[in-house]
Amino acid sequence: MTGIVIDAEKCVGCRQCERACASAGIVVENRTARVTESCTLCGACVDACPVGTVELVRGSAAARAEDLGTWRNVWVYCQLDASGAPLSVAFELLGRGRELADARGENLVALLAGTPAPGSAEALIAAGADEVLLCEDGRLDRVDASLEAELVAHLAQDLRPEIILYGATAFGRELAPQVAVRLETGLTADCTVLEINPETGLLEQTRPAFGGNLMATITCPAHRPQMATVRPGIFSAPAADPARRGQVTRIAPVAREPRVRIVEKASARSGPSIAEAERLVVLGRGIGSKKSLPLMRRLAELLDAEIGCTRPLVEAGWLEYPHQVGQTGVAVAPKLLVSIGVSGAIQHLAGIGGAETVIAINEDPEAPIFSAARYGAVGDCIEIVSALVEQLEKSTR
Amino acid sequence: MHVVVCIKAVPGSTEVKMDPETHTIVRDGREAVINPFDASALELALELADARRAAGEDCSVTVVSMGIPATERILRDACARGATDALLLSDRAFAGADTLATCHALACGIRALPAADLILCGKMAVDGDTAQIGPELAGAFDLPCVTDVSELVGTGDESIVVRCGSDEGPVAVEAPLPCVLTVAKEAAQLRMPSIAGVRAAEDAPVAVRGAEDVGADPARIGLSGSPTQVVHCFVPDRSGAVRLFDGSAEEQAAALAGIIEEVRS
Repeated sequence: MTGIVIDAEKCVGCRQCERACASAGIVVENRTARVTESCTLCGACVDACPVGTVELVRGSAAARAEDLGTWRNVWVYCQLDASGAPLSVAFELLGRGRELADARGENLVALLAGTPAPGSAEALIAAGADEVLLCEDGRLDRVDASLEAELVAHLAQDLRPEIILYGATAFGRELAPQVAVRLETGLTADCTVLEINPETGLLEQTRPAFGGNLMATITCPAHRPQMATVRPGIFSAPAADPARRGQVTRIAPVAREPRVRIVEKASARSGPSIAEAERLVVLGRGIGSKKSLPLMRRLAELLDAEIGCTRPLVEAGWLEYPHQVGQTGVAVAPKLLVSIGVSGAIQHLAGIGGAETVIAINEDPEAPIFSAARYGAVGDCIEIVSALVEQLEKSTR
Repeated sequence: MHVVVCIKAVPGSTEVKMDPETHTIVRDGREAVINPFDASALELALELADARRAAGEDCSVTVVSMGIPATERILRDACARGATDALLLSDRAFAGADTLATCHALACGIRALPAADLILCGKMAVDGDTAQIGPELAGAFDLPCVTDVSELVGTGDESIVVRCGSDEGPVAVEAPLPCVLTVAKEAAQLRMPSIAGVRAAEDAPVAVRGAEDVGADPARIGLSGSPTQVVHCFVPDRSGAVRLFDGSAEEQAAALAGIIEEVRS
């Protein structure tokens, strides 16, 4: 059986469980906890109970992947860009995938589908792949993800990989769930940590939830393959080793036609996405007025950075929505993020978790942005940025 | 035309606090609301229905949710804003579902409705952030899927044209009906309920169905039917030691310029 089990003998009626529950799924009556029909089995009460009264009992899930030990190897879906080159996130995943495969004593396999540019397979091998499964088919152009999903699902049913990793790009986030449902297996989105548990051999996938306020470590114990998506910039790409040797295996084209078609291509003026930016200047309400924008643009120019902003600036019409960083905007992962006049609302912080070095400039030393920053300056944003621009102009001259 | 909109009830705030004494997660004081992305999806459906009806055609909008009994309030509110029908999938057997088990429950619920021409979901939910339900539903029905839809350009009898995000930037795509769309927040802002709507919603028939009613496979729903398991939860420590520079604006700027130089090289 599955459910919350309460040991009434132990219960002290302290109501900690009631407080921890987000859905009124547990109530304390007559000094004893009772589960209601609103329980979602989230387990919050189990953690909250100080005396170990509450237990979450999980009925044994029927292992659908019979004989788990026959599923072997780590696969990485290597998405291509418009020019046919693998995205940098593919290399980042190969780097991490190599470590996972080594921990399991398995091979690392790169999946390459569509119209890859010459040399792509070799580049993936140099980044750590032992084998490249190559399906050259012009219909696999990342517009109707069900084509790629059919391909990956069929290959996985035949070749039985233990793990499949995908970049959490727009396309990867469309593809991976469609594979998961076809294979009836688990999928963990936007992982920030991927590790093999040395005792169980399971892939431990850690991801943020509740807008980054809660981290959860997730496993997929009885279904295969174990699948995860990872945002670009989370892992670092390995140095290419051109001496590495690997095998390229050609896969037959897919037997279905795309149903979705592009009627208007991406406009050239849309500019580079801040999601991919290596350097980013992020602006908040603390910059005071729209008149400060030229100064901020000058700073961005000097840093060779893109410009992001918080939600209030988009709502005020100072910048367009594609610049919005945060939970309801874009998640970013730059190497350098200079945050100016941003207080650091939790929804905003959720979007900058992938940034490597955060420098914050704000007049309020108590602003939450400083908790997410490595370096900070407290003072008037305009004065500090003006001085900074002057400094940088001097040093570039 | 029949449009189905999938809705999730989410906590009114995603704030999570750690109880400093018990070191447990405190989530109290949070009233459930409609996931903001689903609100945009609902508005898109209602606008589509308005346009179809103005052209003299029948168009119904059914809102579907899997949730606890209290979720009925959110579905009733959707009816007050213009949804024609509501289905609440509520059963203790659904509890503890991950996205795959949720997808199975929703798919069974949608199958129990009149055939859908269009299935809309929010692009993601603000509490889970997985953005998986839409594409998983498309996979379950083997329907075409378009994610991150920011604008409905036009619909015909056979197909729909939408503007959406892609890795190469915003594009416009055409998909045949039926299909699944996941909707971005900027696509539309959910209308306020009308007074007549609120009155009508009081009597709106919110159908409540359990797992058996919709023919859900008991091995594929709820906690025990979920392939993924949460083994550990923790509140991330954000109190990383920030190094604050002091002094005049010029002195601070000089220190920051030094750091920037270091990071850049």
